[in-house]
Amino acid sequence: MERTEAELIAAVLRGDPASFEPLVQKYSPRVFATARRYARRESEVEDIAQEVWLKAFEKLNSFRGEAPFEHWLMRLTVRTCYDFLRVHQRNREWAFSDLSGPETDWLERFATQPETAAETADAAKLLVGRVLEKLSPPARLVITLLEIEDRSVREIARLTGWSVPLVKVRAFRARAEMRKILTKMATEKYL
Amino acid sequence: MNIAELQKKLLAAARANAPDDRVPYAFEKRVMALLASRAGADKRVLWTRGLWRAAVSCVAIALLLGAWIFFNPAASSNSTDLSQNFESTLLASVDQGDQAQ
Repeated sequence: MERTEAELIAAVLRGDPASFEPLVQKYSPRVFATARRYARRESEVEDIAQEVWLKAFEKLNSFRGEAPFEHWLMRLTVRTCYDFLRVHQRNREWAFSDLSGPETDWLERFATQPETAAETADAAKLLVGRVLEKLSPPARLVITLLEIEDRSVREIARLTGWSVPLVKVRAFRARAEMRKILTKMATEKYL
Repeated sequence: MNIAELQKKLLAAARANAPDDRVPYAFEKRVMALLASRAGADKRVLWTRGLWRAAVSCVAIALLLGAWIFFNPAASSNSTDLSQNFESTLLASVDQGDQAQ
């Protein structure tokens, strides 16, 4: 008979670490999908996921069981991703002249005929990835959660541990920061 | 170029491309192996930390006693009396036995 999550967690806390494995197996896809939003290289994604599970094991006694385990784990994942962004901030510098051919083409198409530049194009995906990399860690986190994952301000506050007003302020600053990057990119490319 | 429109389009592009949720082969086994190795390492760390603390305490006690003996000449002059008293107390029964014979 399959054990429930609560039973597995209780077993781990009683000193049976093997009961942790089904939890890792069940929730790793979600952890990996989240980590891939913030890290590009697969080795970095794996490092983040590993760090999340090690922290989850260490801090499991702080899980009170009031909310689902998944929520607790996602909070841990988002905070680990944020730490990763802060640590790797300096490695993310790139120049606008580094844009690939398809990215430049997409931008040119957008400049001349915005409606023909499809957002489903691979070039657009690459371009947004590069722009997000230019953002500061809090801006990137808040843009990802609010604009890309479409989460509410309250939910972001819960995930990040920031207050609701702080999330709002950071969201405002993040949008401005992104606009500034796009303006700089457009100016360097087309003026 | 309309920057607000570009921002909207790029964010839509990011939304349209949800990240992959693929997990590397045997990832959970690696995590479990790592946890097991860390548990062993943790025990070793605890022991080492405890032994270091004990060693530091012993050295501190030895230094304090050394300092106390060194800086307390009165105690050192009385130490002969103390040792003599100790010896006579210890050998009192033997002395009594000798006197009786």
